[in-house]
Amino acid sequence: MAELLQFVFSGLTVGAIYALVALGFTLIYNASDIINFAQGEFVMLGGMTTVFVALAGVPLPLAALIAVIVTTAVGFALHRFAIDPARGASPVAAIMITIGASVFLRGLAQIVFDKRFHSLPPLFGSDPIQIGGAAILPQSFVVLGGAAIIVVLLRLLVDRTMLGKAVIATAANRLAARLIGVNTRHIVDFSFAVSAAIGAIAGILVTPITLTSYDVGTLLALKGFAAAMLGGIGSAPGAVIGGLLIGMTEALSAGYLSSNYKDAVAFLIILVVLVAMPHGLLGRVKVERV
Amino acid sequence: MSVRALLQSRWLPALAVAAIVVLLPLLFPSMYYYRVAALVFIFALAVVGLNLLMGFAGQVSLGHAGFLGIGAYAVAIGPAHFGLPSWLCLLAGAAISGAVAFMVGRPILRLKGHYLAVATLGFGLLVAIVLTNEAGWTGGPDGMNVPTLALFGWRARGSGTWYWIAGLTFVVGFLLARNLMESPTGRALQAIHDSEIAACVLGIDVASKKLTIFIISAVYASVAGSYLALFNGLVTPDVAGFLRSIELVAMVVLGGMGSIFGSLVGAVVLVVLPQGLTIFHEYEQALLGLIVMVFMIFLRRGIVPSLAASFAGWRK
Amino acid sequence: MTMLEAERLAITFGGVRAIDGVNISIASGQVFSIIGPNGSGKTTLLNLVSGIYTPHDGSIRLAGTTVTGLAPDQLARRGLSRTFQNLQIFSRMTALENVMVGRHRHERTGILADLLHLPSVKRQNKATAEAARAALARVGLADAAFRPAGSLAYGALKRLEIARALASEPTLLLLDEPAAGCNPVETQELDQVIRAVVKDGVTVVLVEHDMRLVMNISDRVHVLARGRTLAEGTPQEVRANAEVIEAYLGAHGLREAAHALD
Repeated sequence: MAELLQFVFSGLTVGAIYALVALGFTLIYNASDIINFAQGEFVMLGGMTTVFVALAGVPLPLAALIAVIVTTAVGFALHRFAIDPARGASPVAAIMITIGASVFLRGLAQIVFDKRFHSLPPLFGSDPIQIGGAAILPQSFVVLGGAAIIVVLLRLLVDRTMLGKAVIATAANRLAARLIGVNTRHIVDFSFAVSAAIGAIAGILVTPITLTSYDVGTLLALKGFAAAMLGGIGSAPGAVIGGLLIGMTEALSAGYLSSNYKDAVAFLIILVVLVAMPHGLLGRVKVERV
Repeated sequence: MSVRALLQSRWLPALAVAAIVVLLPLLFPSMYYYRVAALVFIFALAVVGLNLLMGFAGQVSLGHAGFLGIGAYAVAIGPAHFGLPSWLCLLAGAAISGAVAFMVGRPILRLKGHYLAVATLGFGLLVAIVLTNEAGWTGGPDGMNVPTLALFGWRARGSGTWYWIAGLTFVVGFLLARNLMESPTGRALQAIHDSEIAACVLGIDVASKKLTIFIISAVYASVAGSYLALFNGLVTPDVAGFLRSIELVAMVVLGGMGSIFGSLVGAVVLVVLPQGLTIFHEYEQALLGLIVMVFMIFLRRGIVPSLAASFAGWRK
Repeated sequence: MTMLEAERLAITFGGVRAIDGVNISIASGQVFSIIGPNGSGKTTLLNLVSGIYTPHDGSIRLAGTTVTGLAPDQLARRGLSRTFQNLQIFSRMTALENVMVGRHRHERTGILADLLHLPSVKRQNKATAEAARAALARVGLADAAFRPAGSLAYGALKRLEIARALASEPTLLLLDEPAAGCNPVETQELDQVIRAVVKDGVTVVLVEHDMRLVMNISDRVHVLARGRTLAEGTPQEVRANAEVIEAYLGAHGLREAAHALD
């Protein structure tokens, strides 16, 4: 029982990160129909930049802030300078640009940073808290809490602000949004920037637990996408649920089956979803207009 | 056949490639060049297959090295664990790759959108994971030795021999791909690429055609992977790695999506470059990513079609 | 014989009933025109009939067989073909190659034969090219055969799509605003092409705005407004229908229709 609780908690913790990556995907996908393969790199950049800026002597909170700002700028630049110029091209082109960006960022991180694993000090110390016989790291709560706050903030942004309305309008019908004066290019810039920020924060929060290195982005992107698909591509609540489910499935299968194939879980889930329920749990059927 | 007829025949591109293969060694000052060229032809073979998928069916495979891995390990595991001859394992690897492509592609290519990209990303990573973990079969992260290909007592060993094997196989692969383009299937594929809806309305089973091409591209990659393993005498799991998959994509993009000849150009650039620049290794990932991005943003047609277009424009 | 029947057809897009309870019956060998103001659902109706959309309600029968929910390529194999309002040309191929794709459902080579370029493929390519050339000739594009499709003029592209649709030897041909953007000479040529096609036994469904063409060539006219049937009948009956005139034809259309009578 204690073991199960342990797995559930660690599963929820990584699941929260997958959920945030999936949210980032969803935000960008809704605003622009683009699947951003570089999403995982935002998480990597958040953690790695913080580590290296802190190593240079900057106090940790400031280092974290700098990391978020830098990553947000990268996200913005990705759309404005790489994706937007190619906007008339085939859908294949957008995918390739984001995958190229993902590899480029990885490669750059390898050169600018290094190839080792790095950690950050946890927010509330590293002594595990005992709950029902399971040893839970305090940082887990930080991750879960942070993720919850981000989800709520995002919801408020979308529901309560004009900017949020503009994002919804762009997502619903790009042409119509432009016709009523929404600058859709700025909206997509914005969604990339926000996704990058979310990813960066996720990276900073989880590094004390999972460590970070230059190449964590690829698997994260895959799992985040699996989460988005499981939840139903285009659905924000779905992204969150999908992320948590995948995190838990991973932890449980690693604990009870084989830890070697932990990373295969996401891939298998993708296949199952695509074959059995392409719209995911909460996705809606979209009739494509010709 | 008169010279003029030859120049206009549909055989010209294949003959040109064959001529390159035959005449190139005249320029080689040492065995090292045979080795590099052999590698170029091996990769070019895989790239031709991927190009058919990307350039004609308009789909992306982000884990194509997974098929390289299947082919490579087939000729390692087969002889080591089952005592089978290498040539049989090569065929088995191709068959397995085709079957896997069928299983992965069939449910996914039916769907709209670009789920194949994600599914193949996962597939490639999964193959690499399996190859790394199942050390009992695969030798784990250190890989395993690959016995030399032997046929009727003759052993395929050495850069010279493999240059001819790889080169001639590439010519055959090139010819088959060009044949495909000038056939009903090829027209259907080009139609799908230009307007899927119109292709569908004209009776083309789009999902089925995409699946066919996916399977063919997997087989091309598998054969190339087997050659790689047999040539090097050694396989390691990174033959199926993510970076390898991106290399293949970059070769397609560089040479020109939809240009079979461009596959060769792309392979030449990305095989020769690391050999020439030792610093390339450090910057390899960043450079690959940059190449893919830059070409997709500014030079979407790739080198060969762009050159061909500007040449045609010149003559006017 | 009834070539096409649709009953209680309905489809909704995000809360809007684009087609709401439409019934259609088209006899074989007819020219059946669908007209209506912009947004009345004409193209949606065509998309439903050609399998691009699946109706949320209702049924469709093609030559007696129920085909509701079948995909466009399945319908193509049952003899349906169509053109597109916004032109879906294969721009990277030549005009001839475009039309050759239209022959697809009559081509019989397998993937292995294609890869190896067996004699059967050579023969097939030759037969397909010949049939395609004939189709091009029927629409007057014979000498544009080897030009890249992307380089042809707009009017020529409309005819190219028709040639491509004809190449599949359909029994039912759907034309989506073929006269859009055509000058009177081109529209007259279009008129001739359609008449020739009908003479060959093809049933034609025409979605059009050009009233002159519609009134001249149609056997029956079906008027849509806001996704519903407003009226149906012969061109004369529809033209004289007060509701139709009020909702759609207006003063301008009335004048045009009057000219068509002369």
